[in-house]
Amino acid sequence: MHKKDFGLAVLIIVVGAAVYLQNPLFLSPINLGNTANLIGLFGLFAIGQGFVIMTGGIDLSVGSMVALLGVLFVDMVGKFGVPWPVAILAILAIGTLLGLAHGLLITRLRMQPFVVTLCGLLIYRGLARGYTGEATAGFPFGASYPALEWLTIGRSFGVPHSFFAMILVGIVCWFVLHRSVFGRHLQAVGKNEDAARYSGIRTGLVITAAYVICAALTAVAAVYFAMFTRSVQPSSHGNFYELYAIAAAVLGGFSLRGGEGSIIGVILGAVLLQELQNLVNLLGIPSSLNFAVMGAVILAGVLADQQFNLYRAKRRAAAALDIQDTKIAPSSRQKSEIGGYI
Amino acid sequence: MTTNEDRKRPLLVLENISKAYSGAVALSNVSMTVMAGEVLALIGENGAGKSTLMKILGGVIPPSSGQIVIDNVRYDRLSVTESQSVGFAFVHQELNVFDNLDVAANMFLGREKRAGFLRLLDVEAMRAAAEPLLRRVGATFRPDTPVAELALAERQLLEIAKALSIQARLIIMDEPTSSLTLSETKTLMNVIAGLKADGIAVIYISHRLSEIEECADRVFALRDGKAAGELDKPEITHDAMIRIMIGRDLNSLYKPPARPPGEPILTLRDIRTSAKPLALVEFDVLDGEILGVAGLVGAGRTELAEAIFGITAILEGTIMLKGKPFRASCPHDAIAAGIYLVPEDRKRSGLVLESAICENICLADLDAVSYNGLVSQRLVKARAEDQRTKLAIKTTDVMRNTAELSGGNQQKVVLGKWLSMRPALIIFDEPTRGIDVASKVEIYRLMRALTDAGVGVMMISSDMEEVIGVSDRIVVLREGEIAGSLLRPEFSEHNVLKLAVGAN
Repeated sequence: MHKKDFGLAVLIIVVGAAVYLQNPLFLSPINLGNTANLIGLFGLFAIGQGFVIMTGGIDLSVGSMVALLGVLFVDMVGKFGVPWPVAILAILAIGTLLGLAHGLLITRLRMQPFVVTLCGLLIYRGLARGYTGEATAGFPFGASYPALEWLTIGRSFGVPHSFFAMILVGIVCWFVLHRSVFGRHLQAVGKNEDAARYSGIRTGLVITAAYVICAALTAVAAVYFAMFTRSVQPSSHGNFYELYAIAAAVLGGFSLRGGEGSIIGVILGAVLLQELQNLVNLLGIPSSLNFAVMGAVILAGVLADQQFNLYRAKRRAAAALDIQDTKIAPSSRQKSEIGGYI
Repeated sequence: MTTNEDRKRPLLVLENISKAYSGAVALSNVSMTVMAGEVLALIGENGAGKSTLMKILGGVIPPSSGQIVIDNVRYDRLSVTESQSVGFAFVHQELNVFDNLDVAANMFLGREKRAGFLRLLDVEAMRAAAEPLLRRVGATFRPDTPVAELALAERQLLEIAKALSIQARLIIMDEPTSSLTLSETKTLMNVIAGLKADGIAVIYISHRLSEIEECADRVFALRDGKAAGELDKPEITHDAMIRIMIGRDLNSLYKPPARPPGEPILTLRDIRTSAKPLALVEFDVLDGEILGVAGLVGAGRTELAEAIFGITAILEGTIMLKGKPFRASCPHDAIAAGIYLVPEDRKRSGLVLESAICENICLADLDAVSYNGLVSQRLVKARAEDQRTKLAIKTTDVMRNTAELSGGNQQKVVLGKWLSMRPALIIFDEPTRGIDVASKVEIYRLMRALTDAGVGVMMISSDMEEVIGVSDRIVVLREGEIAGSLLRPEFSEHNVLKLAVGAN
């Protein structure tokens, strides 16, 4: 576990302990179960966002995609009677295609990720609303899909299956990012795209793959969200979710400049965000202040992290300078170099 | 291992390589041979074409004409992958390492070893393979060290070890010692000797002639994009190298001032800057003279200019501008006092490259072209047109993008920005870097016109021809301090260098 991840875990425990002391309901099985469910739902697509941010890009279309794919999924299963495994595969395929489109626009046509996915945000939301005619998409009254429900909103040993899904995805993604050749190339591309290209890495492919992974995981999350809410209101479903994902990644140590971050970090970031939401509810803070609390904590966290790094870098530089001075006394400096002239 | 037979075999032959960039010729008809297992030093002034030649070898740019022969195979151009597969490896001045990865990961980037059913990274195997290579180049860090923790010299060793890991036959080192200490340089010299013993050829690009004397088997000099001469091992001396690199009359550019130098325009006394806090600087820029500022790269010339201009902090000392105390805490102060800087990197600091010529010319003095805080497009254009005529900026329209201009005309736009205001002193930092000869001469004439009109001119230059050819007086900086000053009769590259390096 990375030092940064460890710090975040400590913060989560400290905040949790403080909330528990104020309101013991925090550790009640019901509250823990509900929070775990939300962590699972948000964690799924936050992990995907992590891949994109690793390349130095950003995906702003996540929330709208959750709405559009949610509407489609509910209609496919509820209205058109498509068998749910087929519907899930179809949703995954659409998500993958959207991610592929983002990736190709960014790498082939050299558009900026912010612009491409901002347009995605507007387009997918508009399509969701247009397709339903602003009406809420829902399953027919009394409809029941036992296997699908077990898979998505069921619980084992009191733990919601959405949480298990996130853990499973997290483990796979941990191997992909930290133990696979692709993951290593992703980190290199995020740090220095040109140098990566000159090392023989197919940077366009790597970046496109990151957007595909992000969109595919968002599609999985969209199914879970649709099943969780049971009905999808196209203009509000999934609003601002991209910002939750970005916030989780940033809290988890990702740099928006690319090249930095870990899967454990982004998961812990998602945990902390949901813990803060829970804190607002349990401590009787008006829920309208929800975003303000979240924003303040992220700002403080990132600022503290940055100051700490700065301090460490300074200390290291000072130490290096000491070594340098003893290594090279002024009189022994090279005599006959003739620098800039030649 | 290579046999003696192999060593006499040319590894790489360049035949009549030329390269032209939109009009400017960077290389013309250069032919060069590198034998297996030899250390060939490539020398030349800034802009002589060294880096263009290296880019062609790396496959980054194609030559305009000429051929590259490797192992009797002829290429019109190399691609990046071809360059790698024939065994060329580069150790760059700006290192291309990834500081978010560890040493072994950097070494095998793009060629990772894999293991197991899932073909995941075989971290252990890569670290094990990295170990002996690191030992071979004398590195003391371990393969699992994060690169962020390595010093610059250690990163350099990593790059060389990486070259060994791809079984390079030719390693091209571009200024490898520019950031190394003396003992680290010694280590590198040993590494190079080791490479040579293993039959690996090295192209060694450096400004440091003593290192070249120590390690090179042969010297190849470029001048103005042309082959300027070769030296074999016994002929390699400082003097011989300087002669083939410079080799021309440095006095032809000089135009004497209209009047003898007068009162100081700028006076620096006991100045310490945050860039070189241990060095004390004092000198004057006199009315009517072009003051050349010479010194090695890293001697603190640009930092000094930036201190006067208010970018680098001044810790103590006095600056007088025309007899009045002056201190700039930011460029805004300096500009208000009439001190202007023509910066070294014109594309980064001199111009807003993607904006119109007229916008650039008026950027520093928008008040003069506005009414009540609203910028008048008419005044902007009029002012730019005025400078276009005076400086002969070659463009069809001042509304055009500055990026479209040639280097020389871009530099004129930078000058136009300052000349349209009221200069008291202009500091030129490498004013003609990357500029064609005709524009160079125009810029020198302009400097003379400025001094004749009573504007102070301070010119920082690494170009020996320029500093000796244009200045009325030269001050030489060494490690942040003034090593001495020279008057015109004392001008020679020998005297300037002597002061710059502090040796006989």
